[in-house]
Amino acid sequence: MSALSRTRLGYDGVVAVMPTTIPYVRYSTHSAHWWLGRALGELIRGAGIAKADVDGVCVSSFTLGPDTAVGLMQHLGMSPRWLDHIPMGGASGVVALRRAARAVQAGDAEVIACIAGDTNQVDSFRNTVSQFSRFAQDAVYPYGAGGPNASFALLTDYYMKHYGATREDFGKLCVAQRDNALKNPHALMKKPLTLAQYIDARPITDPIHLFDCVMPCAGAEGYLVMTEDRAKALKLPFVRIRSTIERHNAFPEDPIQFRGGWAMDKDALYEHAGAAPEDIDFLETYDDYPVINMMQFEDLGFCVKGEAATFVREHSFTIDGDFPFNTSGGQLSVGQAGAAGGYLGFVQALRQLTGSAGKTQVEDAKLGLVSGFGMINYDRGLCSGAALLERGTAA
Amino acid sequence: MTAPLVKPKKKNPVERTRLSTRPPVPRSRSAQGLTRAAAEGSFELQVCAECSTVQYPPREVCGNCLSAHLQWKPVDNRGQLIATTTLRHSNDLYFRERLPWRVGTVKMAAGPVVVAHVHEDCVADGPVRLTLKLDRSGQAVLHALPEKDTPNMSDAAQLRESTCDPKFRRVLVTDGKSAMGLAVAKAMLDAGANAVFLGDPTSWKANAAFDRLATDPRVQVVELDVTDTDSVDRLAASIGGKVEILVNTASYLRDGGILGRKDVILARDAMEVNVLGLMRLAQAFGPGMCFRAADGSNNAVAWVNILSIHAFAALPARGAWSASMAAALSAAQTLRAELSGAGVRVLNVFPGPIDEEWEQLTPPPKLAPAAIAKAIVKGLQDGIEDAYVGDIAEEIRERLRENHKAVERELGQ
Ligand SMILES: [Zn+2]
Repeated sequence: MSALSRTRLGYDGVVAVMPTTIPYVRYSTHSAHWWLGRALGELIRGAGIAKADVDGVCVSSFTLGPDTAVGLMQHLGMSPRWLDHIPMGGASGVVALRRAARAVQAGDAEVIACIAGDTNQVDSFRNTVSQFSRFAQDAVYPYGAGGPNASFALLTDYYMKHYGATREDFGKLCVAQRDNALKNPHALMKKPLTLAQYIDARPITDPIHLFDCVMPCAGAEGYLVMTEDRAKALKLPFVRIRSTIERHNAFPEDPIQFRGGWAMDKDALYEHAGAAPEDIDFLETYDDYPVINMMQFEDLGFCVKGEAATFVREHSFTIDGDFPFNTSGGQLSVGQAGAAGGYLGFVQALRQLTGSAGKTQVEDAKLGLVSGFGMINYDRGLCSGAALLERGTAA
Repeated sequence: MTAPLVKPKKKNPVERTRLSTRPPVPRSRSAQGLTRAAAEGSFELQVCAECSTVQYPPREVCGNCLSAHLQWKPVDNRGQLIATTTLRHSNDLYFRERLPWRVGTVKMAAGPVVVAHVHEDCVADGPVRLTLKLDRSGQAVLHALPEKDTPNMSDAAQLRESTCDPKFRRVLVTDGKSAMGLAVAKAMLDAGANAVFLGDPTSWKANAAFDRLATDPRVQVVELDVTDTDSVDRLAASIGGKVEILVNTASYLRDGGILGRKDVILARDAMEVNVLGLMRLAQAFGPGMCFRAADGSNNAVAWVNILSIHAFAALPARGAWSASMAAALSAAQTLRAELSGAGVRVLNVFPGPIDEEWEQLTPPPKLAPAAIAKAIVKGLQDGIEDAYVGDIAEEIRERLRENHKAVERELGQ
């Protein structure tokens, strides 16, 4: 019997609850422990449970060092019977759900707090970049020390040349996301952005310009995973998990990244959920650069490879548009709080599906897709993931 | 097309000198395999002994078959530029001062995809040649060059960050009266040096060739005796701020082993010139060169030591001298470490026997001083840090790698 012929278990009876954000700030004098601790505290208070009821914790952070999730537990006075540390950057939110949901399903833990957070001290962005990975240290950083901007500039250059996407196309997405961000009280960007401003912005690393880059900041995000029964008992609005995927180092033979792991796994994603792209009410992607949004439109099946530019021209991406997209404003307009950036879309999707998205609420949102993308290691992002989430009904 | 380098203007003395910064230094130990190749100007990547896959970035095990048998080998350096970007922003001090900076992604004919510094004459999506060079940190980096040489291509600012071209620079030749010193001075002038300070250790001794060279307006004769600390310090006080390349041609070579004598006078004289002379020069000129290591297009870039292949393997017939060569190599390694903080390159030259008066009895083949001078200029232009010059040096080096004990026995016969 081949591995592929086995049926994957569903996530029946396991739900995600309590979308939680610790409001971002541009710079923080606190350490990552402070941000993660506040996220955990907020989750416990919000759910109306005792600290000891949380018997599983899943942590993502770049700036927690020299501690890991283990040291953090002593710091926070937690004694969980299940603990995970997920260093997958932008894929962390989805991957944390995958790990936590299976643990709850198997009975290894009852209530798992998934938290991600980072501080941003005035020079911490530079330190994070220079210590990113061995391949980056040996083979990218010495070449201009441009960090992710340079790596994404190269693949954006390639993508634009091969698929005909223009800066106007990227700009349309950025402008729509800013429009959404103006409705999100947590977004750091408070001013509207026009397409002209986007186009005229100063170049950073051709063809990347200022508004193609996220603003590093400090912040934290979190949610809880528990059984549906427990959520109902606690009277917490909950979100069901229809299907998930993850993939690492997909398509290593591609000379430069023009697609991500979703392209390998999207059929499995929709098949497992019994759903199709057109059933989806909103999409939250990982948006560290606009070109990655384009790749996700293609690789998640909203259009064929190379046609994302056309897709962008034919749709509107605001909350009230025909394709509600990155409804929080995304990292490009909310800010990138390190590993919390990998939770931003996921937590926003939980808000949409628990009716707590406030002014960013997409009307009648029932089925949402979240995708994650993380860890630019040498020349490309290595981790991808996605989750199809559904509004839970307290039947 | 690269604009030709313009001759630097005379420096405004009240202007602040830009201090040197370095590109990122950290590398894994595997990545130092690139440095070894770049130090000698070869192009090597790891190749899997089992499946022949060419690896990049450097790895511990093969990315294809997981074999741990990866060997550094010369590989095809051709490739296609598939993406480029120009950095207009960097968080790194070194690059911030040198923006804009062009980098790109190259798909190599040998298989790997690499990120490289991209020469301004490379055409987007066109064919390129990759070369391994040392950057100002002394670490290896890949440069993508146009498929064929273009006019003035070595004048491109990014490439010059990895090279030490004598063009428009001022060179101190420490002993200009030896055949080697004269040859080096001529070669530097031919390579476009702005000025040569020609050291004269023996002003009382007439030398027609020296006098002829001294009539060249670009040549300035300076008194310099490397065995005399005062002499070295005096000269450094006078021209130390103008020396951008220093070539130490001062040399003391005499025949004789160790047991055949009842004193160490010859050995002491050899150490005095070949080792302590190097140290005196380093102490006097090193700090000034470091200070000017990032000072415009004629920044101080290189320190050249003319050693011998016998720095690695003693020639017992010249035992005391061999010991001084080994000691000089050791001192040169320390100097390299000390100058690397500022980005000043140390080029060690290892010739075989040289055709000059003190090697009269050495049988051929012997290297003409002009051939060594040519190798020095090329080494500076290419930006390497170890040059083995001539067939004998190459052969001894190869044999040392195969069996250093055999070399020891054979040289002792
Ligand atoms: Zn192999």
